[in-house]
Amino acid sequence: MAYSDKVRGTYQEIINGMKDAGLLKVERYIHSAQAADIEVEFPAGAPLKKVINICANNYLGLSSHPDVVKAAHEGLDSHGYGMSSVRFICGTQDIHRTLEGMVTKFLGTEDTILFPSCMDANAGVFEAVLTKDDVMISDRLVHASIIDGIRLCSAMHDTYKHSDMAHLEEKLQLHNDKRLKMVITDGVFSMDGDTAKLDQMADLCEKYDALLFCDESHSSGFIGKTGRGTHEKCGVMGRMDIITTTFGKGLGGASGGCVSGRKELVEMCRQKARPYLFSNTIAPPVVAGVIKVLEILSATTERRDKLEKNTEFWRKGLTEMGLIIKEGDTPIVPVMLFNAKLSQDVSRDLYEEGIYAIGFFFPVVPQSQARIRTQISAGHEIHHLEKALAAFKKVGAKYNILGKTKQEIIDMYGM
Amino acid sequence: MEDMKEIIKQYVINEYVEDDSEVTFDTPLISGGIVDSFSMVSLKRFLENKYKISIPDDKATPEAFDSVNKICLLVNEYLK
Repeated sequence: MAYSDKVRGTYQEIINGMKDAGLLKVERYIHSAQAADIEVEFPAGAPLKKVINICANNYLGLSSHPDVVKAAHEGLDSHGYGMSSVRFICGTQDIHRTLEGMVTKFLGTEDTILFPSCMDANAGVFEAVLTKDDVMISDRLVHASIIDGIRLCSAMHDTYKHSDMAHLEEKLQLHNDKRLKMVITDGVFSMDGDTAKLDQMADLCEKYDALLFCDESHSSGFIGKTGRGTHEKCGVMGRMDIITTTFGKGLGGASGGCVSGRKELVEMCRQKARPYLFSNTIAPPVVAGVIKVLEILSATTERRDKLEKNTEFWRKGLTEMGLIIKEGDTPIVPVMLFNAKLSQDVSRDLYEEGIYAIGFFFPVVPQSQARIRTQISAGHEIHHLEKALAAFKKVGAKYNILGKTKQEIIDMYGM
Repeated sequence: MEDMKEIIKQYVINEYVEDDSEVTFDTPLISGGIVDSFSMVSLKRFLENKYKISIPDDKATPEAFDSVNKICLLVNEYLK
């Protein structure tokens, strides 16, 4: 046996170090379907507690929608449970290609390829389309999955300051001698909830003959007038070269992702992207569920409209009670607390009040930027949001942070 | 040499420092977490463009880029 006491002790020491530093992640067990109202066991073994969930990526409230669940059941019955093969051997069904066509139409692109997750899409896309003669220029706050994909690619990598278009232009000039240049951004940034300036970026990419890549995981289904994403909001549909997105958030919340964009780039992924080549694709029941999600969203904007109204109500409520939030108009609404321990204390007290929201602190967000990240859903009714606001008010008053400036909060609790 | 130090220091501040942190000629850039390994690429390209030199990849190490003073030594080596 190679797993000696010495080896075990090495790992125990690392895990204990995380625990001592307050960085150990602990799961909370949800005993109900994902929704605005959930039943949670936390800590493990504790009695179930009914709470309102304001930290899910369930933006459109479709995770447990009866029509989506029904479609998944029907997909299971008609197409089975799994494929036992990767796509190019014997793992492609008619519904996989149907979904790819629907995503292409929904996003306004030329073609789409499914991946097991958007994490996999981002891991595979860069090395599939770029070489060592090329350069990737990414926003400094892009998602971790993009960073991982960039690391797997032999092209040169450089960054520009977050959403700083002048800095991006400097970098495009600096690397203008490269064979291909790709500008890489998130559509909506997951930690701050702000939106990429895709209109200006598309102009710069045209000026410097660069490809434009955007991860729309926190945008697809609800950003833009008809929910197509940040590119719709910014008026650049048809000008995007690559979009990656997930079906694990607004678009049903189960799993799976895709690369959508120029047909040659999608074909390169089909030929070369390793997570596509060496892993099964999305399981049939999930494919059937996502097809239903896209049918729902293509028929009506009712859900994204409700999400927009809920978001306005929530942002206004938090601001009026004197909490500091990150400005913007997306359903990702970070309540800024700055101090890591304060973020954990507020999260714990909110839970006691029946509100499930998580505190984020370094290294997930920069030092002294600790926060409670709240995420609003079309599955929320106004009474959910009113109860959550009342809880924030009560807990905020307890910690004397209502109406206080950033500096005043830091003076009380430290960075 | 002093001009070069100032130019490189200013570039580092403009490019990588997003708060009020002070940067001196001896401030550890890589080991101090100001410049990450990804960002060394743009620093190397800036130096090559600015001083019309070519720094071999195997010489562009984190150690050689760890302060403005060390960077100046490296650049001077290839200016000759």
